[in-house]
Amino acid sequence: MSQANRPLSPHLQVYTFHFTMMWSIIHRITGLGLGLGTIWLTWWLIAAATGPEAFDAVQIFSGTFIGRLLLFGFTWALMFHTLNGVRHLFWDIGKGFEMDTVEATGWAVAIGSVVLTLGIWVYGYMSMGVL
Amino acid sequence: MGLRTPLGQVRGLGSAKEGTNHFWLQRLTAIALIPLSVWFVASITCLAGADHNQVVDWLSSPITSVCMILMLGTTFFHLKLGVQVVIEDYVHSPWAKTGALIGVTFFCFVLGLASILAVLKLAVGG
Repeated sequence: MSQANRPLSPHLQVYTFHFTMMWSIIHRITGLGLGLGTIWLTWWLIAAATGPEAFDAVQIFSGTFIGRLLLFGFTWALMFHTLNGVRHLFWDIGKGFEMDTVEATGWAVAIGSVVLTLGIWVYGYMSMGVL
Repeated sequence: MGLRTPLGQVRGLGSAKEGTNHFWLQRLTAIALIPLSVWFVASITCLAGADHNQVVDWLSSPITSVCMILMLGTTFFHLKLGVQVVIEDYVHSPWAKTGALIGVTFFCFVLGLASILAVLKLAVGG
């Protein structure tokens, strides 16, 4: 067996820490988080198809502090995962690998995801007539 | 050596013996999810505070149901492919790994079917 030189899975324990690693780790965590969020989305759709009482139960939960906090987190996770996903698609076609570009696009993703999330929530509260 | 073409020699390589199929499908679903996510987030944001009637009206319109079903199908497909990679990277015991892969596949199929059926019920049944 000549396994010595085969590419290995990312071993986080032995990697020297680089700041750009955080984006890769957060990309996976947001992906897994959004995966769990699909339970809520499915619940919401089934409730809408079931009737007003079932639907109101979801809306009441979504309106609680915990519900809003989770929705805010899912919004940011989706923004981050989407923006960073675009970054990955550019890497897939071989673009943006220079170290300064990697760092600049990384910060653009981080700041962009926060700005978009806040914008979405401000707009959401405005369409509710709260703001 | 032999009569195999270069393509035939590389087809189906890699540890999963499926070549670049997984990689390609993950990118394909990722590209599809960019406009679908923008549409979904924009719609949901406009629906903030909407009651049951408004949401049902929105979901049962043909354009919404088509976009929604595309978004759901693509999301659960992309989710299955993505979580599969994370499991293959970090879960090494054969039983736990296979169990987790079966689990994520079932999760995505069941939730995908349930959510799409809910949209179809509103779209067709009214």
